Amino acid sequence: MLRKLLIGTALGSGLAFAAHAQDVKEVEMLHWWTSGGEAAALNVLKEDLAKQGFAWKDVPVAGGGGDAAMTALKAMVAAGNYPTASQMLGYTVLDYAAAGVMGDLTETAVKEGWDKSVPAALQKFSVYDGKWVAAPVNVHSVNWLWINKAVMDKIGGTEPKTFDEFIALLDKAKAAGVIPLALGGQNWQEATMFDSVVLSTGGPEFYKKAFNDLDEEQLKSDTMKKSFDNLAKLVTYVDPNFSGRDWNLATAMVIKGDALVQVMGDWAKGEFNAAKKTPGTDFLCYRFPGTDGSVVYNSDMFGMFDVPEDRKAAQVALATATLSKSFQSAFNVVKGSVPARTDVPDTDFDACGKKGMADLKAANEGGTLFGSLAQGYGAPPAVANAYKDVVSKFVHGQIKTSDEAVTQLVNAIEDAK
Amino acid sequence: MTTVTTQIKLTPEHSARPGVSMRSRLQDALPKIVLAPSFAITVVFVYGFILWTVYLSFTNSKTFPSYALTGPRAYQRLWRWTFESDPPSSWYTSIINMGIFGFLYIFICLALGLFLAILLDQKIRGEGMLRPIYLYPMALSFIVTGVAWKWFLDPGLGLEQTLHQWGWTSFHFDWIKNKDFVIYTVVIAGVWQASGFIMAMFLAGLRGIDGEIMKAAQIDGATTFQLYRRIVIPLLRPIFLSAFIVLAHLAIKSYDLVVALTSGGPGGSAWLPSNFMYEYTFKRNEMAVGSASAVIMLMTITAIIVPYLYSELRERPR
Repeated sequence: MLRKLLIGTALGSGLAFAAHAQDVKEVEMLHWWTSGGEAAALNVLKEDLAKQGFAWKDVPVAGGGGDAAMTALKAMVAAGNYPTASQMLGYTVLDYAAAGVMGDLTETAVKEGWDKSVPAALQKFSVYDGKWVAAPVNVHSVNWLWINKAVMDKIGGTEPKTFDEFIALLDKAKAAGVIPLALGGQNWQEATMFDSVVLSTGGPEFYKKAFNDLDEEQLKSDTMKKSFDNLAKLVTYVDPNFSGRDWNLATAMVIKGDALVQVMGDWAKGEFNAAKKTPGTDFLCYRFPGTDGSVVYNSDMFGMFDVPEDRKAAQVALATATLSKSFQSAFNVVKGSVPARTDVPDTDFDACGKKGMADLKAANEGGTLFGSLAQGYGAPPAVANAYKDVVSKFVHGQIKTSDEAVTQLVNAIEDAK
Repeated sequence: MTTVTTQIKLTPEHSARPGVSMRSRLQDALPKIVLAPSFAITVVFVYGFILWTVYLSFTNSKTFPSYALTGPRAYQRLWRWTFESDPPSSWYTSIINMGIFGFLYIFICLALGLFLAILLDQKIRGEGMLRPIYLYPMALSFIVTGVAWKWFLDPGLGLEQTLHQWGWTSFHFDWIKNKDFVIYTVVIAGVWQASGFIMAMFLAGLRGIDGEIMKAAQIDGATTFQLYRRIVIPLLRPIFLSAFIVLAHLAIKSYDLVVALTSGGPGGSAWLPSNFMYEYTFKRNEMAVGSASAVIMLMTITAIIVPYLYSELRERPR
């Protein structure tokens, strides 16, 4: 009996060895795009790969969101069991690359010409030490206003071009009895809005020095103080019940016409799309006043791990398909973001998408494409979260003046560096 | 082996003994053998990881553990944050909240649980139906409790909105949106969930009290208040100990309640140390600081629980 069992095991492992000699036609993928639109967008990629004969295997993540996925990824990597690729954000890619667990896609990148088509600012996160370690999937930008057109017409508003015009517009909405500004009082939403406020108040150069280079002179400058004052002005236009609200509920307030405007990244467009609203007729997308010409971005990436040789072919196929023009277009039309390469035709995109793509291209060429600090593309997570703490404490009144806020910001960032 | 066989040959009259002692020795050892795996698992996964956490807190681990000891920098930072009260640092908020939440949660649960148990113990009709009603919240997870109370306490959705619709428009209750009061909403939800369970514990204790003593006291002319004050509550002392330990550990680990109810509160004002630990270890990639905060939590618990257990358990035999 025992002998039979042993022989069986030996045969089994022998077979397993034989199978290993060939390529594994399977992509093992960790991601948290499970909700309707996102899952549908990802399906495009699955089908592309299926055509080439690669099976798709999701790594199950308990609990949904990105945090749970990152915890799961940490455990997988610690156990030496790397997935083919994982959805990753910003500095996470670089952290894993520094730990030496990422693969090398440079060969594919050169062949496909990613160096030229992917914006340089994005390559800061997808290239580590001269090697391509991740394939960017999309570019989101956060300096947008989302406006309900019916409300806008009712109050007779026009596109605000400066911060003061924006305040005047909010005043009009207030006078008309609409909630002027829909905000969710969670720290990342407040900080995401503050990214735009800083860019608007200080201009592109200031934003870069303060929030990408973390230059202390700029962080404690009067411009930063003025930015906090401007943020305080904006917060006077939110409804009293804003604290703790989820971002999509704030978007829903704009969709329903309870509120005039939301300052949010372009993922908000997905909510408008889901509610069957058309840009231009039902809602308007403007750049945050005073930030036209600059793009504050964040981006989803597929980090590529250092998988065994027999899984490399599948990885290359995944990376190639991810950055193919057809997938970039199909995926981003659904997701609300814009393609991560600047040479994709914009024919399938709606008005907001077309504007987003043109802006990205211009910002890339003009050097005004900056990582969002609130979204973790300006500085490592420790710094980004310290920043969110300060902004949120300022919005909710633990930090009472802009002077104090600036001091706290400098200290918190210094502490977290 | 050889010595055993020679022994048997040399002393045949004792031949039965080794067999018996083997079996009895096995019987003696059996509980230990059965317990060994779970003991080993506990040693490795509880105490082993406690030591590992302590070790990590002295490194400069960020996203991943690093093993080079770099001194107590994480503790220095936490120590500094302990005194940053204006504007409050996240750590300061966490420990102050732990104090408020821990004290109110344990105290109110004990008081309310005892009170309800005494009321239910008055041989009232329908007790069998009332008991599960009070006990039921314990069957819910913290997440469900948190979400339900979040909706109930939300001024735009729940209690305030409803009362406004009924015409009481001056009613104002926005604690869950208020940075200074949000921690008390966590207490409310926590007490709602646990007090029924504590009531059941006290009820069991009350039922265990000898009726003779009560009768004797009544014959001696004790009033109801004196009866409870002098006889019943002192007799419930072991229940107080068990209830305290159950509540204390629930209070310290109630991470999920804070997240579900307040998602951290306005500006992070509802954080407890467990939120701080998770946030720093897993979201901010400051594993050393997270570990250090975990170690401090453990030491605080030890400092409270161990003397209490020691005094309680030592006095029992007397």
